[in-house]
Amino acid sequence: MAILDKHKLIETNATLLLILSLLVVSIGGIVQIAPLFWLENTIEDVEGMRPYTPLELAGRDIYIREGCYTCHSQMIRPMRDEVERYGHYSLAAESKYDHPFQWGSKRTGPDLARVGGRYSDDWHVDHLIDPQSVVPESVMPKYGFLTQKRIDGDHIADLMKANAIVGVPYTEDMLANAYHDFSAQADPDMDYDGLLERYGDDVPVRNFDGQSGTTEMDALVAYLQMLGTLVDFSTFTPDANR
Amino acid sequence: MSKKSHEKPDVPTTGHSWDGIEEYDNPMPRWWLWTFYITIIWGIGYTIAYPAWPGIQSATSGLLGYSTRAEVTAEIAAVDARNAEINAQLASTDLTAIKADPNLNSFATSSGAAVFKTWCAQCHGSGAAGAKGYPNLLDNDWLWGGDIEAIHETIRVGIRTDEHFDTRYSEMPAFGRDQFLEKPQIEAVVNFVMSLSGDPLDASTVAEGAEVFAGNCASCHGEQAEGDRSQGAPNLRDAIWLYGGSYDDIYETVFNSRYGVMPNWDTRLTEAQIRAVATYVHQLGGGE
Repeated sequence: MAILDKHKLIETNATLLLILSLLVVSIGGIVQIAPLFWLENTIEDVEGMRPYTPLELAGRDIYIREGCYTCHSQMIRPMRDEVERYGHYSLAAESKYDHPFQWGSKRTGPDLARVGGRYSDDWHVDHLIDPQSVVPESVMPKYGFLTQKRIDGDHIADLMKANAIVGVPYTEDMLANAYHDFSAQADPDMDYDGLLERYGDDVPVRNFDGQSGTTEMDALVAYLQMLGTLVDFSTFTPDANR
Repeated sequence: MSKKSHEKPDVPTTGHSWDGIEEYDNPMPRWWLWTFYITIIWGIGYTIAYPAWPGIQSATSGLLGYSTRAEVTAEIAAVDARNAEINAQLASTDLTAIKADPNLNSFATSSGAAVFKTWCAQCHGSGAAGAKGYPNLLDNDWLWGGDIEAIHETIRVGIRTDEHFDTRYSEMPAFGRDQFLEKPQIEAVVNFVMSLSGDPLDASTVAEGAEVFAGNCASCHGEQAEGDRSQGAPNLRDAIWLYGGSYDDIYETVFNSRYGVMPNWDTRLTEAQIRAVATYVHQLGGGE
């Protein structure tokens, strides 16, 4: 075949070789990734999904900062053993407001995609301060310093704005009240009606860490306690053909 | 190797010559070439049989109609079907009668053990011995009752959870924080409580503590401090302490109170699973 004998041209021209190599490699990427942007069944519409509240979003940032994802995944795969242990398999829609998502691929600890509501707030606080006090066989490090680190919502609206730019539907109302909502979720003595109105009646409002003021522990526990709780699987019927 | 093989074999060269070094143009081994062709044909067949090619609206679904979701659903349904009969029997048998049926009891105990290790062990410990703040389920001391019906109810509705309307509920006042008692009164009542099951830190205040107890604590914990299971008030006469029995621990309990929460499991577990784990916990040693 005459055209195949022309490879000397490519082999002796480094720039041409580079350009053609990139072209070949990108075909694989385009075939795998590009269709996800137009296929309608990539992310199914699921009832119940809402953006993170300001406090949960801050907790999510602490989760990322502490590198929790290096040991904990947030993706229950559609396999019987995982569904029996962790609950319903994860849906793409459940992480659609995650930037970046926390699916992970390594489990030194258990999957956390549905950890919300599974344990009490006290348990989370005890466990984060000293994991071995409740799970003696655990190898998790201690995170007691989170109870000492106070946080306020000074910059939370900026973080929410950044999320809004990449597609999280935070409304003007949510952004304007971010500072107040941030503290109100961890303090039942404050006025939290607006918070519930903006994010839904199911948003838990509690003093998560049991001490006064808002700490990083409050934020992290608030985040953990909502993970995987938004979709009501008693009314949700998954489309099997996905 | 003979010297001959290093001399000109009967193979053409590629025609390249770099500083006099030439390259033979040997063909690929035939077995390798055919394996390569077969993988291409296999690949095409695979994309026809399984979901593969993206289209405008959706991807091709494949001739075999495979989906991971359908597979996991079928797998779980098959296991459920295999246990359906005995699970139905478990869910409908009177709780106290489970023990009498050896077959049912053995199924309930082992499936309950699996449920326990998955959902309960993180707080109560994998051996059910509990931890500070999380009750030991092996002993005879029960907060809300230790017969199988009480255990079943506790698992079903939880304790002090926001998520269940009928949850077991009671709340001890924070006698210090909310200023129901003065500091010396708390110190006295802590010494009195310690004296019920051991030695107080300061014996001189025990008598005063008894008065404080009668006026403030006896309505829930009982005149004799024997506890009241209808409101989860612990027996203070035994030496079993959920939150620790040292002076400092008891002082903290009286000053700030405790508010232990257990989730309700009726939304996560089936009735048969709840009965199974109740049976398992009941037979651990403390069941009444």
